[in-house]
Amino acid sequence: MDAKTWKNPIIAWVDKRLPIFTMMQHDLVDYPTPRNLNYWWNFGSLAGIVLVIMIATGVVLAMHYTPHTQHAFESVERIMRDVNYGWLLRYLHMNGASMFFIVVYIHMFRGLYYGSYKAPRELLWQIGVIILLAMMATAFMGYVLPWGQMSYWGAKVITNLFSAIPLVGDAIVTWLWGGFAVDNPTLNRFFALHYLLPFLLFALVFLHLVALHTSKSNNPLGIDVKGPQDTIPFTPYYTVKDMFGLGAFLIFYLAFVFFAPNFFGEPDNYIKANPMQTPPHIVPEWYFLPFYAILRAITFDILFIPAKLLGVIAMFAAVLVLLFLPWLDRSAVRSARFRPIYKQVFWLFVADCILLGVVGGHPPEGVWVPLGQAATAFYFAFFLVIMPLLSFIERPRPLPSSISAAVTGKGVGISAHGVAE
Amino acid sequence: MKRKTLAAAFATLLFTTGAAVASEAPKLPAQSWSFSGTFGTFGRPDLQRGFQVYKQICSSCHAAHLLAYRNLTDIGFTPQQVTDFAADFEVEDGPNDEGEMFTRKAVAADRFVKPFPNEAAARAANNGAYPPDLSLMTKARVGGPDYVYALLTGYKEEPPAGFALMEGMHYNEYFPGHQVAMAPPLSEGGVDYADGTTATVEQMAKDVVTFLSWAAEPEMEVRKRLGVKVMIFLVALTALLFALKRKIWSDVH
Repeated sequence: MDAKTWKNPIIAWVDKRLPIFTMMQHDLVDYPTPRNLNYWWNFGSLAGIVLVIMIATGVVLAMHYTPHTQHAFESVERIMRDVNYGWLLRYLHMNGASMFFIVVYIHMFRGLYYGSYKAPRELLWQIGVIILLAMMATAFMGYVLPWGQMSYWGAKVITNLFSAIPLVGDAIVTWLWGGFAVDNPTLNRFFALHYLLPFLLFALVFLHLVALHTSKSNNPLGIDVKGPQDTIPFTPYYTVKDMFGLGAFLIFYLAFVFFAPNFFGEPDNYIKANPMQTPPHIVPEWYFLPFYAILRAITFDILFIPAKLLGVIAMFAAVLVLLFLPWLDRSAVRSARFRPIYKQVFWLFVADCILLGVVGGHPPEGVWVPLGQAATAFYFAFFLVIMPLLSFIERPRPLPSSISAAVTGKGVGISAHGVAE
Repeated sequence: MKRKTLAAAFATLLFTTGAAVASEAPKLPAQSWSFSGTFGTFGRPDLQRGFQVYKQICSSCHAAHLLAYRNLTDIGFTPQQVTDFAADFEVEDGPNDEGEMFTRKAVAADRFVKPFPNEAAARAANNGAYPPDLSLMTKARVGGPDYVYALLTGYKEEPPAGFALMEGMHYNEYFPGHQVAMAPPLSEGGVDYADGTTATVEQMAKDVVTFLSWAAEPEMEVRKRLGVKVMIFLVALTALLFALKRKIWSDVH
């Protein structure tokens, strides 16, 4: 980090003792970024901004919310009706959760397509997977807080999964609940954890950025930066590109907030939680549906392991398998642009995830059962069989000599697609 | 091309998950509501007629405990009218300085007084059925206002041949399972509209659903008005940012 001389004496004084301005200059302005990033690279900064929006709206909502089974539902409605712009805060927060997952899922698919998890970015990717896990826990507990029917029954179904653990399962469930049913202690601790986890998320995002700025951004060609001719400074180029992306994203996000605020929600959650009445279909929020489908796909025991436990293992494995991705994929080429077979299989995988989501939204009966099983089998086969196998059988196309050569069209062996962006 | 496919597939995912729950009930006839769409608003005369239906018919069994009498000024009643509505009800208050609970007339700041003190009392008076709270009804059912309208107008005097209707139940085309404990609440001329509108079943159903939609989403008009302004601002801002991006990047491409 070069010691930059600051004109303003106060900034210079502070910076000499605590180099925050030098760090900002280094990481937000000068940060050398590949010149060929496409719009799929916007989603990382968008995810960060959504996190900030969620924390900001969440803190204010917490000032008006009452975490008690007798008052939670009414206190949310009080926010909607009597708190100034309370409806706006709540709808921003509620739809913000869906937006967070949309943005993060796109961000992850982008990483998957362009091989952003490969050396030297393995840790960067793994921190990202941990961030996803933390997000899922936060979102799940947040959904319980309004204490509607789906909140209550969703909490009951998901916490009950832990009862599948042999020997200690039931004890763990009682410990999670803080009693013998989902009740006030459960709601209280979920509220406390829902408030805590986003700050841990924030710290994880910081680590994610430190790792990113150490190994630097990947790019659509997936080749290493060879020199200064391949990069441009983050500011103004990517600052303005991210700002434009943010504008477009806000139009999408706020269209739901203002004109279809309950689009992603379940009507049942506007009925106050009733432990005596089970809703006809208990479904999680849309962003959990693929995992819910995997959970329910295992309908058979294997040897002495019961189906329920296998389902729980499969569901957690579906996320945890991502941690091993850098070593499951042995191909030396990062970007799918130069991997003719992987490129096809990638889109099959995207379709498979969407299919799992659709299956997760339907009751587990009829054709949905074998469909869910086939989709689950493909999900794991993609990571555990296809990825390792492709590394050996696929013949990648020739890589361009450098980013700048590809961008200016003077490189060798570039596909037309590579130049287009 | 692939981006379009992805977007389409994604939209399918979102759409199907929402629709998944609705699959069993018969298809609801779509009504045209003045409050649907980006610029939709509630008609004040409709809301006031709907309130009259709620007050004279629904509220004898159904609570709407999230509403306060003061909220009624939002649908065009004067503060004096609101005070008068409230004064028809008694609420328990206290304790007073002697430590006694007492009843007093409801005031504008009170929530709508419930017809029954608790669920057990409500069930006892309704053959064991519990009339649900109506404050959020149009948000709490798949199909929303269309469903409530279909339910109110979907009664059949005779169930289809072979349908075993239980004692004290009523056949309704749109209620899940078709057996509903609530007797047909609306009948021709059921209320005497203050504004002279003819009180047909359809008219009353439409009015009361409009009122209940307002009760469930009292912020809707403000929300949509603000939304339009925010959208105009964001589209202009994003267009400017796009122009700025093009300008700044002109020396890179």
